[in-house]
Amino acid sequence: MEIFGIPLQAFLGQLLLGLVNGAFYALLSLGLAVIFGLLGIVNFSHGALYMLGAFAAWIMLDQFGINYWFALVLAPLTVGLLGALIERLFLKRLYKLDPLYGLLLTFGLALIAEGIFRELYGVSGQNYDVPELLSGATNLGFMVLPNYRAWVVLVSLVVCMGTWYLIERTRLGAYLRAGTENAALVQAFGINVPLMVTLTYGAGAALAGLAGVLAAPIIQVNPLMGSNLIIVVFAVVVIGGMGSILGSILTGLGLGVVEGLTRVFYPEASSIVVFVIMVIVLMVRPAGLFGKEV
Amino acid sequence: MKLNALVAALAIGFATAASAQNTGPVKIGFITDMSSLYADIDGPAGAEMIRWAVQDFGGKVLNRPVEVLTADHQNKADIASSKAREWIDKDGLSMLIGGTSSGTSLAMAKVTAEKKRPFIAIGAGSARLTNEDCTPYTVHYAYDTVALAKVAGTALVKAGNKSWYFLTADYAFGYSLESDASNVVKANGGTVAGAVRHPLNASDFSSFLLQAQSSKAQILALANAGGDFTNAMKAAKEFGITKTMKVAGLLVFINDVHSLGLTNTEGLQLADSWYWNQDDASRTFAKRFFAKYKRMPSSLQAADYSAASNYLKAVQTAGTTDADKVMSTLKSMKIDDFYNKGQIRADGRMIHDMYLYQVKSAKESTTPWDYYKTVARVPGEQAFTTVAESKCSLLKK
Repeated sequence: MEIFGIPLQAFLGQLLLGLVNGAFYALLSLGLAVIFGLLGIVNFSHGALYMLGAFAAWIMLDQFGINYWFALVLAPLTVGLLGALIERLFLKRLYKLDPLYGLLLTFGLALIAEGIFRELYGVSGQNYDVPELLSGATNLGFMVLPNYRAWVVLVSLVVCMGTWYLIERTRLGAYLRAGTENAALVQAFGINVPLMVTLTYGAGAALAGLAGVLAAPIIQVNPLMGSNLIIVVFAVVVIGGMGSILGSILTGLGLGVVEGLTRVFYPEASSIVVFVIMVIVLMVRPAGLFGKEV
Repeated sequence: MKLNALVAALAIGFATAASAQNTGPVKIGFITDMSSLYADIDGPAGAEMIRWAVQDFGGKVLNRPVEVLTADHQNKADIASSKAREWIDKDGLSMLIGGTSSGTSLAMAKVTAEKKRPFIAIGAGSARLTNEDCTPYTVHYAYDTVALAKVAGTALVKAGNKSWYFLTADYAFGYSLESDASNVVKANGGTVAGAVRHPLNASDFSSFLLQAQSSKAQILALANAGGDFTNAMKAAKEFGITKTMKVAGLLVFINDVHSLGLTNTEGLQLADSWYWNQDDASRTFAKRFFAKYKRMPSSLQAADYSAASNYLKAVQTAGTTDADKVMSTLKSMKIDDFYNKGQIRADGRMIHDMYLYQVKSAKESTTPWDYYKTVARVPGEQAFTTVAESKCSLLKK
């Protein structure tokens, strides 16, 4: 059996691989969507935070012998703390200004972080081995899927759905959403809004850091890994609708699949297909697929 | 009156700029990838090697101080060519060295040919530089895609690996490497099962690798470099491609092997022009490099040093920086230093021996950066494009 000229088996394999990449897009665009949706900041340092997550995991293993499983918790925590620090030191001062200032600041921070790591570690990248427990691969019949990639999809889906539930279905999430609508009023009810905002940015940063740890065993840990990815992730967020949590998750997964299939049918276009879709979506639905028209 | 003064000032300015060409500093330019995926194999350390060559030469040639200008082309051909043009027009540049990325070097070769300045391409691989696109002012110094294909490809096909599938970087260098290697494979009785092209700096290789695997070819040839090579290699191992296919890296630098580690690269065969541990003179150079950078130099960084010092020698011998005279001196002199021994042919191709190396296993590697064993030393005449194969008009007399 064939689909569009390629064997069904190969087609299924590519579909699955697209989903794996989509899992990364979803995790990264989720963090961006949380930060934009709740804080109104276009966080251009997201790619750098992702890179820092991967480097944190690598440094923990290389310098301190901390293994993958601890790094999976510790590295996002470290990046999250750094995020909270950035919010307290810099971003806090920018909320009253045009969003453009936040964008420029975070972009600048990303360049600084990349520059420092390039100076320290060069661009060749560091090798991070797949943890013992997840090494090896499973034969699914139509393809051989490395166990680690399956793990990535699983973690990404659990974290994405958990975040969505936290923001849309819990009391804490309600405070958050209310705080961004009318901070003064929520503050009057005795809720510490500035702290909540700091923690939100920290959580968004931690999500990027988590994606970085997950990516470390798959690709070489490299100071440029974030900037290679961030533009695509921004396109994902724009397509999904800026600030829409569920939108960013679904769009991330969907675009991963679309990109994967493009790699089969017309590989040369695989790096631009996401942007072509972005242009079309912006023309038809300017607020994005899941965004609310203002 | 004011206008007159301005015109006079400008005229004086022009006059001094013109005379600076013969009395001011001799300026050597170096344009390469300083910050992106190829920055480790060449980049800032490559620039430093050129400065070392100048220092070791005494900092002066023809009693004029030598200056080194550097720029980052960010792998964009338009940035490379406009920077080259600017340096030649405004700064009176005497010679240009081109770093990594073929697209940028092809663009710079056009500018230097038009402006008549010697251009030494080092990091770029495309053999077009001294073949279809050869110019009287281009020298291709270190390696090229034909040599990589002939040295690594011939050895692999002769060892019984007849069917090939290419994973190719989607730009000038990748195309050259793929087509040169395909020619070698076919000439030795092998077949090309197919090819897939990936964008430069690709984020994920798994889809491409799956396509390669379904081709059932024996060899997966990676016609890419730097970060793309390391990530493709890593994914190939993860997806178990290495169990059914043999992976051949067509352009691998020692930095890539170091980055991936010996467990991921053991047994890999690769072609290169130089290895730091090949003889005493190379080891001396490598130790000096290591003291500064805490890593070993790549073949490109060694070639950067060698090219700059040989250019200065040629200027000294010719007694001028005049491009035509320096070029004819360069092409008539013997190149003999720690990097390599050879001669620059009329088409600008430096003909020197190439090597086929094999990556050692972790057990075989006894000291840090002890990564390669030499499988074969291929004479330059066999490694590079032959006069009969060449389409360069400078070779046809």
